[in-house]
Amino acid sequence: MLFSIKNLHVSIGGKEILKGFNLDVNAGEIHAIMGPNGTGKSTLAAAITGREGYEITEGEIWYKGKNIIDMSAEERANEGIFLSFQYPVEIPGVSIQNFMRTAINAKREYQGLPPVSMVDFLKTMKEKQAMVEITDKLQNRFVNVGFSGGEKKKNEIFQMAMLEPQLAILDETDSGLDIDALRIVANGVNQLHTNDNAFIVITHYQRLLDYIVPDFVHVMYDGRIVKSGDKNLALELEAKGYEWVKGLMG
Amino acid sequence: MDNTDNIPETLKRRILDYGDELLKRKAGEDTAKVTTLRNEALEHFSQNGFPTRKMERWRNSKIIDNLSESYQLYEEQPSHDRKDFCCVIQDFDTEVITMYNGRLADDNILRTLDNGIIIGSSRAAMIQHPDLFDKYFGSCRTDEDNGFYDINTALWQDGFFIFVPANVTAEKPVQIIKLIDNVNNPLIQTRNLIILEENSNLCIVDCDDTMSNNASLVNSFTETVIGENAHLETYKLQNLNNETVFINSNTTKQLKDSSLMSCIISFNGGMIRNNVHVDLDGQGADTQVYGLYLMDKKQHIDNQIRVNHNVSDCNSNERFKGILDDEATAVFNGHVYVAPDAQHTNAYQNNSNIILTSSAKVNTMPFLEIYADDVKCSHGSTIGQLDEEAMFYMRQRGISKANARMLLMYAFAAEISNNIKIDKLQERIDDMIKRRLKGELSSCDTCVFHCNTPKEYNFEIDLSKI
Ligand SMILES: Nc1ncnc2c1ncn2[C@@H]1O[C@H](COP(=O)(O)OP(=O)(O)OP(=O)(O)O)[C@@H](O)[C@H]1O
Ligand SMILES: [Mg+2]
Repeated sequence: MLFSIKNLHVSIGGKEILKGFNLDVNAGEIHAIMGPNGTGKSTLAAAITGREGYEITEGEIWYKGKNIIDMSAEERANEGIFLSFQYPVEIPGVSIQNFMRTAINAKREYQGLPPVSMVDFLKTMKEKQAMVEITDKLQNRFVNVGFSGGEKKKNEIFQMAMLEPQLAILDETDSGLDIDALRIVANGVNQLHTNDNAFIVITHYQRLLDYIVPDFVHVMYDGRIVKSGDKNLALELEAKGYEWVKGLMG
Repeated sequence: MDNTDNIPETLKRRILDYGDELLKRKAGEDTAKVTTLRNEALEHFSQNGFPTRKMERWRNSKIIDNLSESYQLYEEQPSHDRKDFCCVIQDFDTEVITMYNGRLADDNILRTLDNGIIIGSSRAAMIQHPDLFDKYFGSCRTDEDNGFYDINTALWQDGFFIFVPANVTAEKPVQIIKLIDNVNNPLIQTRNLIILEENSNLCIVDCDDTMSNNASLVNSFTETVIGENAHLETYKLQNLNNETVFINSNTTKQLKDSSLMSCIISFNGGMIRNNVHVDLDGQGADTQVYGLYLMDKKQHIDNQIRVNHNVSDCNSNERFKGILDDEATAVFNGHVYVAPDAQHTNAYQNNSNIILTSSAKVNTMPFLEIYADDVKCSHGSTIGQLDEEAMFYMRQRGISKANARMLLMYAFAAEISNNIKIDKLQERIDDMIKRRLKGELSSCDTCVFHCNTPKEYNFEIDLSKI
């Protein structure tokens, strides 16, 4: 199994947010997580990626045969875990090009490889930009600074394409996207999807799942998964709403 | 308490005694104007002494509390080695002036270049060109009554002098390499005079370095007159040991359509005070004052920037940025004054700071004093930590914590160094900023500008083209 979360409890500032979360993900799978606002979806993403301040009080996170809860954020990233942020961060003064080159070389160093040559790097940049249909001009701009909401999300997918993760978590990558951008982002994900990697797609809208077809859909409520099913669960949820989920909690 | 209170008193008495003696000795050499100003300054200092914390612009200064009893009023030149002055910026062709403990150290202490530019010793300029010297010396206003100005005017013995005649563009930048040999704890008064006549252009690179780790008080005072439609670019690089108190006072007068671009980069120094005073006296004058300070340990930096819009239609822009580590402290006082008739003024000032620890402190006060109504003025200041969100974002992409910090700090600093117009110099300074941020450029006994191994410094990550 590529990735497995067992009985995860996470607190922020002493307040428990995740309350016994379980999830198993095999290579090649796409999992969708849906759930109401404030239920802990982004907290889950932060805990998986090793953000400080998210205290794991109980449970385990297994990835490629290792419990990663003591790994630093950068180590997890270099092991192939990627998060497309719900709110991508602006970094004034740092160009996308330099940011990506630094990130790629960090990963290569972690793998014991020499830094990427400038020629190869620029070539890859061009390819991946084309894939998510972002313009050349973007690469010399500062990371996310002055980007529109949609551009920020496309830029996340572009970075994902550059870094070729094995486990990618997309946290509401569809929110703020127009219909064309949604298709572009979904195409990007589908092109990157292989039998060796896996995706966890956090979303509020069933529509995204028409483009990125999940193998499993999980409904999350109050810090844990309350129902799992196939892609039809998303349709059922859309029809019945979260009141239905509350009822399931009983 | 007694101890700290007494040092300025003792020092004051010694300075006054020394001043009396110096006045007698210099009587034959000084011009009439210099003699008069020396007398006035000494008298003023005897009445007012050193500034105190009660004074508005010294309230947050740590300098007065940190003066040393050991300062020697400096007379004899210690011997020095020419090779200390060699500059290693490749392909950086400059007209060099070297100074050692405040005195000209060139063989030819005052030289006239082909195009009529005169550069060298201010003392020699006073002796060889008394009329020119007297016309400008002491002609710039200062922003406040300040004992350090008095001490400098009373006791100065040398400094640098640069004169660019009308319609001349200096082909090469003038680089002033000033070394302080702190072995004897010198108290140094450097008095400099820069004159740009109308339609002239000049670039100055002004480097201050210390050679050992003893205490010293360097009290430098530079007067600059920028004539009509003349343009001056000046870069100051400060790299001093942790025991040095460095007072760097600059007072500039700008005439019609002139411009000043000043960039002060403070890499290191125990206590640094930069006084920058600009009088915009002619319409259409433009002044850009940039500063970057990277302080750590118990270092203290105090930037006092005063820009007077005395006439209409002038622009001013002040931007100071700093990164403070450990227990370092910074003070910023920006004061823009707009006179009643100075309509169509554009004035902008900003000070932003990153503090890396909870014990580093910043005191920032941008201030506008406006008496005209048709003006565009704004000011702002920030004090913050490294952006935690950005740190996590970068680490999530695999960038180490250390490199993520570096990237953020460098990006912050580069906003100032990007204004440097000479590419070679910018490269070199960026390199020094990186080294400084990595902690490799600490209290330098040899500045990287003069070190004997001019090796290109490679970062783990290449930040050069951010
Ligand atoms: N840094 C924090 N400090 C305190 N509380 C936090 C913090 N981050 C999240 N929370 C709280 O944790 C809960 C879960 O938040 P989280 O962002 O994980 O929800 P979410 O499911 O992603 O919601 P949304 O759909 O709105 O994105 C919320 O009640 C939120 O207020
Ligand atoms: Mg969320």
